[in-house]
Amino acid sequence: MTLKELEALRNQAHDRMYMTGLKNAARIQVGYGTCGIVAGAKAAYDTFVKLINQYQIPNAEVIKVGCMGECAYEPIVEVVESNGTKTIYCSVTERIASEIVEEHILKGQRVDKYLLSRSKR
Amino acid sequence: MLDRMHVLICGGPDCSNTSGAIRDAFKANISKNHIEKEVSIVITGCFGLCALGPHILIYPGEYLYSGISLDDVDEIFNEHIMKNKPVERMLYRGSFNRMKLKNRAELTYFAQQERIALRNCGTINPLDIEEYIARDGYIALGKVLFKYTPTQVIEELKKSGLRGRGGGGFPTGLKWEFAAKSEGEEKYVICNADEGDPGAFMDRAVLEGDPHSVLEAMTICGYAIGAKTGYIYIRAEYPVAVERLELAISQAKKIGLLGKNILESGFDFDIEIRLGAGAFVCGEETALMASIEGERGMPRKKPPFPAVKGLFGKPTNVNNVETFANIPPIFLKGSDWFKSIGTEKSSGTKVFALGGKIANTGLLEVPMGTTLREVIYDIGGGIPNNKKFKAVQTGGPSGGCITEESLDTPIDFDNLIALGSMMGSGGMIVMDEDNCMVDVARFYLEFTVDESCGKCTPCREGTRRMLEILNRICEGKGNMDDLNVLERLARIIKNSSLCGLGQTASNPVLSTLKHFRDEYIAHIKDKACPAGVCSALTKYVILDNCIGCTKCAKNCPVGAITGNVKEKHKINHKLCTKCGACKSVCPVDAISTKPEKWRTAHV
Repeated sequence: MTLKELEALRNQAHDRMYMTGLKNAARIQVGYGTCGIVAGAKAAYDTFVKLINQYQIPNAEVIKVGCMGECAYEPIVEVVESNGTKTIYCSVTERIASEIVEEHILKGQRVDKYLLSRSKR
Repeated sequence: MLDRMHVLICGGPDCSNTSGAIRDAFKANISKNHIEKEVSIVITGCFGLCALGPHILIYPGEYLYSGISLDDVDEIFNEHIMKNKPVERMLYRGSFNRMKLKNRAELTYFAQQERIALRNCGTINPLDIEEYIARDGYIALGKVLFKYTPTQVIEELKKSGLRGRGGGGFPTGLKWEFAAKSEGEEKYVICNADEGDPGAFMDRAVLEGDPHSVLEAMTICGYAIGAKTGYIYIRAEYPVAVERLELAISQAKKIGLLGKNILESGFDFDIEIRLGAGAFVCGEETALMASIEGERGMPRKKPPFPAVKGLFGKPTNVNNVETFANIPPIFLKGSDWFKSIGTEKSSGTKVFALGGKIANTGLLEVPMGTTLREVIYDIGGGIPNNKKFKAVQTGGPSGGCITEESLDTPIDFDNLIALGSMMGSGGMIVMDEDNCMVDVARFYLEFTVDESCGKCTPCREGTRRMLEILNRICEGKGNMDDLNVLERLARIIKNSSLCGLGQTASNPVLSTLKHFRDEYIAHIKDKACPAGVCSALTKYVILDNCIGCTKCAKNCPVGAITGNVKEKHKINHKLCTKCGACKSVCPVDAISTKPEKWRTAHV
């Protein structure tokens, strides 16, 4: 790979990651560091994948990410939307994960009671 | 009279061109609407976000607008000040677009942080190299390979003022320069990922969340010092990190960002992983290299330093994970940018792992110069359950504790050493009134006794003798002369040990003796543990606020608690085994282990 190719790949990857040009797209980032895994990130991740497939939601991607630092509130899920909105949910169980998909992803309504900013002091 | 709203306009050097005009525009609007008595306008010092200026901060609510032009003033005034509706689209977006901050207070945890080493953690998929590249990954490497000579790389790094994040704080640029100047056909780059301090997990987070940043930085280092091989020494206890590193290495090799002829520049560099078995001493660089060579992990005398004679006798540069993670951004944004963050002698940021008696356990990255109070109270959320802060231990078993009166000290390498502690790798353990400081010192010493490699006598024998004395004190069998012996031993071990492990092992004892001597004396003279921790010296008692719920009696495994419903219960001390089951189930916190003399303040 040359530097030019790397830069081209960067631009392409950037557009994909930031959902450039897409409408109503979402990236569901599940905290998947050791802290997240221990707190049950796998169950949350699997639920998101299952429901996204089940409801056949286009342009929604479930991604494993590292620790964002809030280890006490894992599993943490950050929903990044193509319009730039970012929402951070904490202590996400399977039930909360399905609520997030059904309310937030499908209907566009943020589920306030599970927000990280609500739980933290 | 109190104003309804305060408008703060940044008047720093970069913003001052326009801040005066912005103020005048606000003032004109205000007088037009006759609300001079409700809104105040202030031009302040630099907000510290010069690249995005000019800024306006509006209280209440701490709404931060950035990149404001004169044309925006009317809209902000009409919407925010008149109608109390913040203009969403102009609000500041956090560093690295971390999130759109509607309200700084809403998430102070992020708002007060500046993320360089953790820039990608929790944002990118660590299993996908393209996500790292999307965030300018490997662009710094490309820049270095094609635009810089190795000497220029080192000069740039020296200018940035980056100091080693593994503990000592040695200037990284100088370290690279020593290795570069050493003669030798073969040289090595080592990434020290043997994170062993109890309560520290910064490096794990970087390796798990952003493994490519370390690979990229190691390759830059290889180019700068003339090495072709790199090793990552990581403990086998971090299986997730190891797996992700392995995947990252294979992905980078596949697309030509690692291996032969990187980016077709003609430069070759390869990275291998070496697993450590988890010995604390292997975090010491000479012991680490011995371990990679297949020898027993024991330190050796320095000099010769690794830069001269390191791995397999060849010049070697060793840096820790967080240090490496800082390097790609330095080359992307320049040393001036990095130098502008933090304090004069300690530039950049530091990641801390916050643990112990703190509301928000976790990782945080703050600019150097942030005070301990800000870290513990603003970002960490303070001490849970309204308990009183006692001390914070920084630097793990090599550091010391810092008390209330020093909490306003800005954190940097030199200030922490002046306080008798050290930066260490960044573990920060908060202790409250329920922690016994003698027990804390004993805990850390127990750790170093276990982890001492046994090569040199002061560390092997001396720390063990100190531990015996501390055990005696905790059992109530100590005498006042023990304190003098402890201090003398501590000094001798510090001065005569071979490596950092022994040289710093006595720090927790020395600093607790300095700040909490009265607790030691209480153990020795009063035969009491003021915090109610040391079991030989404690007695479980039920206080007057007992509501007689009978939970404690039901949960006592030996039937030592008696009492009628709705009446104060009683513990039979002949039967009590001090297991603590009653204390953990009491709904009103009526069971105490603290001696009466120290209890009053708490109840």
